[in-house]
Amino acid sequence: MSVQSMEDIIREHSFFKGLQERYVKLLAGCASNVRFNAGEYIFKEGGRADKFYLIKSGKVSIEIYSPERGSIIIQTLGEGDVLGWSWLYPPYRWHFDARALELTRAIALDAECLRRKCEEDKEFGYELLKRFSQIIIQRLQSARLQLLDVYGHASRE
Amino acid sequence: MAMLQESEPLEGTLLPEPFIVSKVRRETRDTFTLEMEPLNGGEKHFTPGQFNMIYVYGVGEVPISISGDPVEPSILKHTVRAVGTVTRAITSVKRGGMLGVRGPFGSGWPLKEAEGYDVVVVAGGLGLAPLRPAILHLLRNRERYGRVAILYGARTPMDMLYKKELERWRARFDIDLDVTVDHATGGWKGNVGVVTTLIPGLKIDVPNTVALVCGPEIMMRFTVRELNKLGIPDERIYISMERNMKCAVGFCGHCQFGPQFICRDGPVFRYDVIRPFFQVREV
Amino acid sequence: MGKLNIGDKVILSPQGLQQLIKTLWEEGYTVIGPRLGDGAIVYGEVRSIEDLPEGWGDEQEAGRYRLRRRGDKALFGYNLGPDSWKRFLHPPRILLWKAEKTPKGFRITHNGHEAPRYAFLGVRACELHAIRIQDKVFLQGRYKDPIYMSRRANTLIITVNCTEAGRTCFCASMGTGPKAHEGFDISLTEVTGDEHYFLAEVGSERGSEILERIEYRAAARDEVSEAEERVSRAAESMGRSLQTEGLKELLYQNYEHPRWDEVAERCLTCGNCTLVCPTCFCTTVEEVTSLDGGSSERWRVWDSCFSLQFSYIHGGSVRASPKSRYRQWLTHKLATWQDQFGEIGCVGCGRCITWCPVGIDITEEVKAIRENAVKKV
Repeated sequence: MSVQSMEDIIREHSFFKGLQERYVKLLAGCASNVRFNAGEYIFKEGGRADKFYLIKSGKVSIEIYSPERGSIIIQTLGEGDVLGWSWLYPPYRWHFDARALELTRAIALDAECLRRKCEEDKEFGYELLKRFSQIIIQRLQSARLQLLDVYGHASRE
Repeated sequence: MAMLQESEPLEGTLLPEPFIVSKVRRETRDTFTLEMEPLNGGEKHFTPGQFNMIYVYGVGEVPISISGDPVEPSILKHTVRAVGTVTRAITSVKRGGMLGVRGPFGSGWPLKEAEGYDVVVVAGGLGLAPLRPAILHLLRNRERYGRVAILYGARTPMDMLYKKELERWRARFDIDLDVTVDHATGGWKGNVGVVTTLIPGLKIDVPNTVALVCGPEIMMRFTVRELNKLGIPDERIYISMERNMKCAVGFCGHCQFGPQFICRDGPVFRYDVIRPFFQVREV
Repeated sequence: MGKLNIGDKVILSPQGLQQLIKTLWEEGYTVIGPRLGDGAIVYGEVRSIEDLPEGWGDEQEAGRYRLRRRGDKALFGYNLGPDSWKRFLHPPRILLWKAEKTPKGFRITHNGHEAPRYAFLGVRACELHAIRIQDKVFLQGRYKDPIYMSRRANTLIITVNCTEAGRTCFCASMGTGPKAHEGFDISLTEVTGDEHYFLAEVGSERGSEILERIEYRAAARDEVSEAEERVSRAAESMGRSLQTEGLKELLYQNYEHPRWDEVAERCLTCGNCTLVCPTCFCTTVEEVTSLDGGSSERWRVWDSCFSLQFSYIHGGSVRASPKSRYRQWLTHKLATWQDQFGEIGCVGCGRCITWCPVGIDITEEVKAIRENAVKKV
């Protein structure tokens, strides 16, 4: 296994594809390697959204807890996916739980550091927002599709 | 009344052949896989993607895609979901019972054309049933294809077809199988989310990929969009369509979809061929 | 006179026509022709010229049909009624097969169908085109319909050219009439007046053989030209027309035209147009089971794309709105039919206009779409 620099990892990640080199450097400055064991919570609903993650390997579930049904998995994310966007919008609190379903390695990006840089460099902020809004749209669309229950049958016969 | 010509027998295309149900396996709550053998012996050769008209005595007839192995033409396999009068009757037939079969009819998956290409199979719900013969063909002739990826989305883990077979496929190193459910239940440890969410993560050579898609129409629309986003053009995406069918040979008019007769020109279509009509409502 | 060749023209008197009918019956044909019935001209068995609607004509408009006395002795002086020949070649209801219950399942006990030997008397040019269109549907694809095939093969066709056009006729613009050019065994043109005669043209060997068995005389040049004159007058007095140029593209590009909503407000989705249409071929199947379940029959019956059931797939109907069903019918007839069978599926007979209870006019609908098309064709 070759050792990649943080900048390489960010540059090659599909989420940051085509990003200007100076922003790659900027991001790398706020990034760190993290790992979560199977079953470990990455964040919990209501907690401070102070990070987001680029998943390198493993599987993460986004869950919501209900007293009667326990933890309900809404979606799972894996290699190449971006985890977390609540850090971008006030009040910067997580809306769901995130839990590693298996050993998961990721890059964590520090939210406060990034928010500050976004404010300082509006162009960078816009670039980041554009990319995150893509993710948000995708999640919204697939959530809607999930709600449709397309494989179920209306049984109108 | 004037003189009548001698009575002429109907051709095989309009007359069902008797088949005996040799095995029934419950797939899910309301879906069963039936194995049938011709009462009078013989074989029913078919192309993956084709369908038969299945007749239940005293009830009626419906089109059902073939789910068997194309190299085993002596056993007919159909996976049937009990959703209407006829399909409920089919799924109530026990071992030893009789069903009528007309077919096979329609077009198949482009397995010859896809040789040398990477192949992505995207199935949703019962849509895995008509793709199963194609998957078996891909696995049997693995060397003729590039990378093979199978994405399967089901409603819940309980609604998945061919579970044991999926396990065997997953264990193979020469294909990538990814399964996801819309709603996780029980101790499900796999993916949760609609099948389209698996598409961006496909490890394939995009310019050299053919996609085979089958599932509910909404799922197919979103799948095509996601495959397009990845860079696979409509010309290399094939989908299998479903419409009301009575005759299966282009006479009854029910299955028309724009200029196409789904029974005769389909059910498998290259997406760009039917795209103009796929985008119009109530065609 | 020697043997008649294809293309030869001779004169029959009304008595000659009587002999023709008689000969056809003797040859084993069931002669089907126009008769008066249910306040309209309908097709039924004709055993003599007495059965033909002598002196009857009709008045037609969108949503209106009335018989009227002509004041002459014309036997074919009417325009088209609600019946078409598809009733005989592609019957409204036909038994496909029967089965009986056995301990193991079922057994087919009846597999076959009677193929009558019909002689159609009084087929109009547009109707002959309609038959040839249905030939393509049932005989010229990958699969052949055995029922249609045997009926069609047995059928002898005697056309009668139109010498008057109806108010809802538009065959001239569809290129299907009013004169039959080919595909008949015998073609007649009726001339009434001081002398009542039929100009007969031989269209096939079979037609020639039949004519040889009856009395005819040579046609004088002015008799031929008089008959032709009357047919071309019919072409000029056509009540309606439909512009066929670019029709397929026009309709393909106008699936979302607002006119569909307007016509849907009037359309009752009754399906009359599909029943009277000589080319509409859609069917469904019915399973008819005896009370004790001991035997079961499969019947094929005419169906209509105007019913909700027609497009039903588990969960609902694909064409739920009246708009989509009218659009399917018209677009199929005039546009998708061209991709399916290489020609337009409408022959301009005008029946759908006359027999629509609210008088929807296919030619008007096309005109409206054309005038306000998304893309001009």
